[in-house]
Amino acid sequence: MGYRFSQTLVAMLVMLLTCVSWAEQALQDTTVPPQTEQGLNSGTDMMDADESNRVVAPPTINEILDQLTSRSFDDKEAAIRQLANQNNPRVIPLLNALMNRELVHNRKDDTIALGEKQDGQWELRDPTTEEVVGHVDSRAARPVVINNRLRTVINNQLALSGLNDPDSDVRYQAAGQLIGNDDPEMLTALGERREQESSQRVLDQIETALNIAALQSDDLTARLNAIDALSGNLHPEVKNSLNSRLSVTDNASETRALEQALKKIDARISTFQTADTVFFGLSLGSVLLLAAIGLAITFGVMGVINMAHGELIMLGAYTTYVVQQLLPNSHEWSLLIAIPAAFLVSALTGILIERFVIRFLYGRPLETLLATFGVSLILQQAVRVIFSPLNRTVITPEWMSGALEINPVFSLTYNRLYIIFFALAVFLALLTLLKRTRLGLQVRAVSQNRTTARALGIRSERVNALTFGLGSGIAGVAGVALAQLTNVGPNLGQSYIIDSFMVVVFGGVGNLWGTLTAAFGLGIANKLLEPMAGAVLAKIIVLIFIILFIQRKPRGLFPQRGRAAEE
Amino acid sequence: MSFSQSMKKLAAGVIASSAIVYSGAVMAADTIKVGVLHSLSGTMAISESTLKDTVLMMIEEQNKKGGVMGKKLEPVVVDPASNWPLFAEKTRELITKEGVDVIFGCWTSVSRKSVLPVVEELNGLLFYPVQYEGEESSKNVFYTGAAPNQQAIPAVDYLINDLGVKRFVLAGTDYVYPRTTNKILEAYLKAKGVAADDIMINYTPFGHSDWQSIVSDIKSFGSQGKKTAVVSTINGDANVPFYKELGNQGVSAEDIPVVAFSVGEEELSGIDTGPLVGHLAAWNYFQSVYNDSNEKFIEQWHAFTGDDKRVTNDPMEATYIGFNMWVKAVEKAKSTDTDKVADAMIGIETPNLTGGMAVMNANHHLSKPVLIGEIQDDGQFAVVWETDGLVKGDAWSDYLPGSKDLISDWTAPVKCGNYNTKTKSCGGAAAE
Repeated sequence: MGYRFSQTLVAMLVMLLTCVSWAEQALQDTTVPPQTEQGLNSGTDMMDADESNRVVAPPTINEILDQLTSRSFDDKEAAIRQLANQNNPRVIPLLNALMNRELVHNRKDDTIALGEKQDGQWELRDPTTEEVVGHVDSRAARPVVINNRLRTVINNQLALSGLNDPDSDVRYQAAGQLIGNDDPEMLTALGERREQESSQRVLDQIETALNIAALQSDDLTARLNAIDALSGNLHPEVKNSLNSRLSVTDNASETRALEQALKKIDARISTFQTADTVFFGLSLGSVLLLAAIGLAITFGVMGVINMAHGELIMLGAYTTYVVQQLLPNSHEWSLLIAIPAAFLVSALTGILIERFVIRFLYGRPLETLLATFGVSLILQQAVRVIFSPLNRTVITPEWMSGALEINPVFSLTYNRLYIIFFALAVFLALLTLLKRTRLGLQVRAVSQNRTTARALGIRSERVNALTFGLGSGIAGVAGVALAQLTNVGPNLGQSYIIDSFMVVVFGGVGNLWGTLTAAFGLGIANKLLEPMAGAVLAKIIVLIFIILFIQRKPRGLFPQRGRAAEE
Repeated sequence: MSFSQSMKKLAAGVIASSAIVYSGAVMAADTIKVGVLHSLSGTMAISESTLKDTVLMMIEEQNKKGGVMGKKLEPVVVDPASNWPLFAEKTRELITKEGVDVIFGCWTSVSRKSVLPVVEELNGLLFYPVQYEGEESSKNVFYTGAAPNQQAIPAVDYLINDLGVKRFVLAGTDYVYPRTTNKILEAYLKAKGVAADDIMINYTPFGHSDWQSIVSDIKSFGSQGKKTAVVSTINGDANVPFYKELGNQGVSAEDIPVVAFSVGEEELSGIDTGPLVGHLAAWNYFQSVYNDSNEKFIEQWHAFTGDDKRVTNDPMEATYIGFNMWVKAVEKAKSTDTDKVADAMIGIETPNLTGGMAVMNANHHLSKPVLIGEIQDDGQFAVVWETDGLVKGDAWSDYLPGSKDLISDWTAPVKCGNYNTKTKSCGGAAAE
């Protein structure tokens, strides 16, 4: 999403620029070859164009575009290159339109037009003048199909014009796009830009692009200099091109230089990969923590084996979906509304389960297990009936998409980053609630010794319902976060229930800090094992480890001490 | 879908099913019973319930045309609940208790394997509409989905020839279809001269949702100086978090394209496809294919479901072809008897939805075109490549040592599902 947004930004800026330059151009005498800002064509090219103008009329933009009606991608590529070589302010907007599938093939008269879907109809506009030329049925026109190769060609052309953009972010992206490109026209443009570039990070990108191109130079010293400059550079294209150079070179000194440069890169990459693994582990840990923390209350503190815990998470995820459906225009902020909403929905469901099922089964764990398992099936099927068995789309807000790029090999994805912080925040909130509030005091009293607590005037029935509601509500909040990572469907809960129990039992029943340690410990262990053992085996190893561990220490990592725990 | 809409559908369903019971009691002799064996609950409901609706729609359409041989078709819908042994039980119930003449059903290979002994024992007829790993051909089953040579092999050819891919990541869910397909692909790639170092194989559990380290592995595997692509047999909804992670970690289709065999329009309808534009899928049908029969089918589907956002997909087309072929075969055989229909099936031609004809071959597999599409930002695919003509489904892969010499031919002299061409015997060698 961030990508698309910035693309639109580029498009808008470029359009603005072209309009300005167009206006200037219109004011000037047409005999003077206009120096456009985009650097699309060098001056000599334009002279040629002008000259050929007098001999035969060059194809108009519309004529070039009409070649896009061909089914062959080679023809389309030729048309795009021809279009890009036109000195016309419409080129960039049209390339953007092609990228965004706004150029449509009108099947009626076999022409290309700018199209916009309106009420099941295409509103067609002329590509050059943008005047409305008519409306056709939605089936009578189709967007022009482009493939990856054409997309690269278009992106390169757009990057070429973005290289001289006043915004350094646009220039940075444009230079990044051109890395690995060996088209002489692009390289000339990059070389020209290097002379006047003021921003260091854009300059670095340009240097990388030019050095990679220099690897193909015929001059050995130029190649060696380029290798030296690229040594330790983490851009993936650098490693790619050094490796492919290594496979073709027959010069001893060059081979040595290449090997050294690659070694340096690999050493840097492996450092960052370790950091990556730890981040992945923390992220998996935060997911486990979120899923398990509600269970740490219902199972850990109250001792109820609630097999419907996963479905309470699922309800939270569906609440997120419903909230987004109800507020279709505020996707950016609907998550913040979904958090309390999901808490309420799941908490109320939890209280209902407690009042109508679990209340009658206290002290009979096996029957509780079976009954809550039944409840979980009922909830799943209810969701299937209400929302259909198909997965629902939960939209990821802009601020949670993409990644915080520290360098090309190490980036932290925003959604995971936020969820780590969110999990910790939920944990701290819960801890404060249990340790600092009156309700927390009562919960702890009831869980330690029900009879004494009742004798002291605590309404244990009410506390039970509230505690169960609290645990369930937290599960709902977890659902809001998990909806960002996984599928929102009727089976969402099932995939987390085993992991949740695992974490709570491993951490020590009744101990929140134990749950925290267990969640992050298991998360990191899993991610350390995964590259070596594969995802399936890593899970099995972790599970076996926990089984063995529980044999040695049945009460988990941090067992509860005291007389209450001994019963 | 809104709540009231679902309730309406529920009510309609109840009325329809009571109507079925009623009509069944009154005119049992005048109908042909069609069994529908697709999971309506459990994990597979997401994919299979769509196919149940497709069969019901086809039956409704056929009945409007006057049924088959003057008799109305009567659907018998059962729910095997994504539970593999239950598939076998429900099949037995459909054939012995309900007396259905044909069954349309199954999605996963394990459910088909569970049904197989039952249809063979009771001599039933099963139409299986999903792409699968091959290495099977039963007298009682017609396979209308793609065999590996109609999906996986052409897709890899496209990667090698058109995109110049030299390194391959074979990523799949850990069960029989991906394992067998990847075994075939690995043998095929090695035969094409791809080094073992240039193939990375990775399996993940069903419903895997934490793709961080795998995507990061793929990224580093792809930065070794050779063009890399991912061939994905990842199943079902595990794809959504996989593609999300690809998008988040900035793996674009221009750098490392992913070609998927289990991702269709239905799977994409659950995600924002903006970051996925350009990733590939290989199928025999895409909703975006433009021709009159497909447009008519889509319109019919929207009218039947009452939702013009519902997408169509490849297994639906396979169901459409299978159903039409069965109708034609019954009319040709003038009987619903399994053996007569099965004999009549071979050589039957019906139009497919991509503008050509589907042909049923002697090995109970179809001849189909193979299409490769790129994901677009509206959740549809744009076809970027297709085979020149039809590709004949091959039941036994030519690239696996165990099945190289096996063929399937259910016509007169051979009449065998696993005929060994070397030893000239039936069931000579079983595949691994």
